[in-house]
Amino acid sequence: MLATWLILLPLAGALVVAILPLPQIAAGGLAFLVALVEVGLWIVAVSRFDFDGEGLQHGTTEEWVESLGISYTVGFYGFSLWLAGVTVVVMAAAIGYALWVGRDRARGYHALMLFLTGAIVATFAAQDLLLFYVAFEAMLIPLYVLIGVWGGARRAAATLTFVIYTMAGSLLMLASVVAFGVTQDTFSLLDSGTSDNEWIFLGFAIAFAVKAPLFPFHGWLPLSYREAPVEVAAVLSGVVSKTAVYGFLVIVLAKFPEPVDDFTTLALVLAAAALVYGSVLAFRAPDLRGIVAYSSLAQMGLITIGLFAFNDLGLDGAVLQSVAHALVSATMFLLVGTVERRCGTGDLDALGGMARGRPVLASVLLVAGMIALAVPGSVTFAGEFLIMAGAYEEGWGYAAVVALGIVLAAMYVLRLISAVLHVKPGLAVRDEALDLRPGELALVLPLVACLVGLSVWPALVSQSSFPGDEPVQTLSEAAP
Amino acid sequence: MIDKPDVDWLALAPTLALLGASGVALLGSVLVPDWMRRTVSAVVVFAGFVVAAVFAGIVLDSSPEPTPLLEESMIRDELAGLAQLVLAVTGVVVVLVAWSERRRDNHGEYYALLAAAGAGMVFFVGAENLMTLFLGLEWFSLALYVLCAIDSDRETSLEAGLKYVIVGGFGSAVLLFGSALVYGATEELGFSQIAAAGAGDDVFLVAGLAMIVAGLAFKVSAAPFHMWTPDVYQGAPTSVTAFMSAATKTAALVLTLRVLVTAFPDESDIWTIAVAVIACVSLAWGNLAALAQSDVKRLLAYSSISHAGFLLIAIAAGTDRGGEALLFYLVPYSAMSVGAFAVVAARERELGAPVKLDGLAGLGWERPLFGAALWLFMLGMAGFPLTGGFFGKLFVFSAAYDAGDWWLVLVGVAATALSLAYYLNVVRWMYMRTGSELRLAPAGGSPPREYALGLAVAAAAVVTVGSFIVVEPILDVAGNAAASLPF
Repeated sequence: MLATWLILLPLAGALVVAILPLPQIAAGGLAFLVALVEVGLWIVAVSRFDFDGEGLQHGTTEEWVESLGISYTVGFYGFSLWLAGVTVVVMAAAIGYALWVGRDRARGYHALMLFLTGAIVATFAAQDLLLFYVAFEAMLIPLYVLIGVWGGARRAAATLTFVIYTMAGSLLMLASVVAFGVTQDTFSLLDSGTSDNEWIFLGFAIAFAVKAPLFPFHGWLPLSYREAPVEVAAVLSGVVSKTAVYGFLVIVLAKFPEPVDDFTTLALVLAAAALVYGSVLAFRAPDLRGIVAYSSLAQMGLITIGLFAFNDLGLDGAVLQSVAHALVSATMFLLVGTVERRCGTGDLDALGGMARGRPVLASVLLVAGMIALAVPGSVTFAGEFLIMAGAYEEGWGYAAVVALGIVLAAMYVLRLISAVLHVKPGLAVRDEALDLRPGELALVLPLVACLVGLSVWPALVSQSSFPGDEPVQTLSEAAP
Repeated sequence: MIDKPDVDWLALAPTLALLGASGVALLGSVLVPDWMRRTVSAVVVFAGFVVAAVFAGIVLDSSPEPTPLLEESMIRDELAGLAQLVLAVTGVVVVLVAWSERRRDNHGEYYALLAAAGAGMVFFVGAENLMTLFLGLEWFSLALYVLCAIDSDRETSLEAGLKYVIVGGFGSAVLLFGSALVYGATEELGFSQIAAAGAGDDVFLVAGLAMIVAGLAFKVSAAPFHMWTPDVYQGAPTSVTAFMSAATKTAALVLTLRVLVTAFPDESDIWTIAVAVIACVSLAWGNLAALAQSDVKRLLAYSSISHAGFLLIAIAAGTDRGGEALLFYLVPYSAMSVGAFAVVAARERELGAPVKLDGLAGLGWERPLFGAALWLFMLGMAGFPLTGGFFGKLFVFSAAYDAGDWWLVLVGVAATALSLAYYLNVVRWMYMRTGSELRLAPAGGSPPREYALGLAVAAAAVVTVGSFIVVEPILDVAGNAAASLPF
């Protein structure tokens, strides 16, 4: 039942926030409270989770459309529990940030954020193909409005490209869902067998490739990440992109073994291209958000290499890196937001020298940056190392590209840090620009603490994602 | 002494209830004093639709086996019962929408005609014979022609009425000619007798079939027989448009399904292709033209053309699963369509002018409930989850895929993608532009409080969301109704 509660709580919260005629602060505060309770609920779910146990846990099944074999089936595996965990944590930080910033039309804003939380958690919990599609689409509704109403100057163009890309992917997926469900006679991911139809496979794969995004389906990424409110960008790159990872795991890899085999090379090459291309673009980006956005493209490419290497090391690494990147990316976006609020711009040319007199900002940004560039000992290093090891089993060339990606990550992150903190004080940096305020620190610090904690103990995630730590076997068994 | 036929009054009760309400309302427009005419006729017709809905429910519940009525000119089965229920409930909601419309005169006539049109449709969906088919079609069409033109002080309303008469009359003539050809080929009028006559590939029969399909396609407003739709939907009073978009389509589609499956089972390889082609043309034309619209009612008119395409895909499948999908989809579609036009009616009253897209600016923030409801209806029409429109599309697509028409699924998916552009555009105007930005002329004063209209929108929203959550019971009823046809 816990999975259902984790879905229903934010949805109910969204309804309450939307309907109660609360003043701005109270609406945001209530939403933040709901988000924190959601984190608490997730902690309860973890404490009651049997990580050695096989199969689905905290699950619920209710018949929905019996004649077509559609059911409301939710529940968690180890990896999806961790993905849901970063979701609730990042969403709480994002809602807190919105409360701190004081977004106008607070009731609408926070209701949509809570609705988004519920939709993302539902995506990670869905064990029925149709329910998965419903939740996957439901994410789009609040995102569309959040970017379109509260976004930056070019929000209209951003929403348009965002919707066109994601809907094109989603509708392909819908066609695949219908075809898969009708041929299998059930939509349940637990009961359905495997399929060797390459067209159905491609429908799913492209939908997830758009959502992730992967090269060459990333056209919506720069505009959306730049124009969205910064905490929404954090959610987009941090957790929404991870729904694609989940889709790859439970649908593409588990249900289409033969097509995956045929397309492995293509997927790996595209993922490697995304890694290098995203890293280079991040290195050349003229603004803070550009760097974080393109680094997200690179990281998703990296994770995809781990997925499609399809061996134990790669899959463990992909899940660990997904969790780590969700936290890193959200932290970086929120920090970018604090810098943008102080300087009114994210252009690197206009920034610089912020370390002087602002020790807290400098320390936090430096720590987050060090983890982002995968300094040895960090959780991202652990994830990337696992992926690299997994890729090596597929071919040394892929491992070399991953290594290159790690080097490039150091370059773009250091460029970001030095452009913000060091060099000459930029034009936009006024002397009276404040250090991180306690409120901001209280939001970012938990994220950084999670990262540091995972850096100390990455095995917490990597060894508990799949029962018995045998990912390939687990996924193969998921399809009877 | 002529034998008195055995009459099943219960099966005719929905029709008679509405006819009675129509008569009372019409009398009321003469006998009742002016100041309470509107109230009396609205209440009478509202009650008429409610009673019709109750009787339709009873018919639906108590007709497990199809039984012929009135010398086999009509039939009592679950298909008719379900269609009558949908039509009557649509009528109830439309009366609520109409209540808030301000017209100078003709209140009694308006409601009387609405009930008469409803009675015609309720009669029409039970037709089992080409004559009753034509009779029912003309019955509700004549009432609708006048309804479109009832606001005689508005030029667009008159234009709508005139266009509808001419094009609708042409459509009816085509249908009648087709019926004559079929009669000539088989010497039968009853649907099942036509099938039993086994005229094979007789050229008259096929030509007649084609003309009957075309005649019904006029009423379904499927392309290329849709030319009247945008003008009529735009010009007619909004409540009438709401009624036409939901009820006329429901009635015409149900009868299309019935006549094709019952009367022409041997020609199914011909009509499935024909219907599939009409569906594709409707999808393409409706969606492309909707992209270019600035008037909201016109946009919704083209959206209804594209929906005709989606619904016809279900008929083109030619299986009981397709029938089931069609009947399911009609439930959320009717709700979304009436609901959307109801919100437009509300905005129309506020602005005192036809609602263009820019007239929606800021609606989402000024009227949170209407805005959220219209948002819901747009998402539903686009087939988003959380609305019954999603399952409607899903069932239609799976029926088509199951019947081997995978290319229709692809066309449908592409059309859905295209349709998002204009549905989301409506949302964009409501939420992402504000009224002050466009300097709209304020209508002055506080907005009118329309409880009836609010109730109508709320009811439509409840059905839209409800048909997403409670799928199985509706699907069961739809499946049983489809099973009353000889697939």
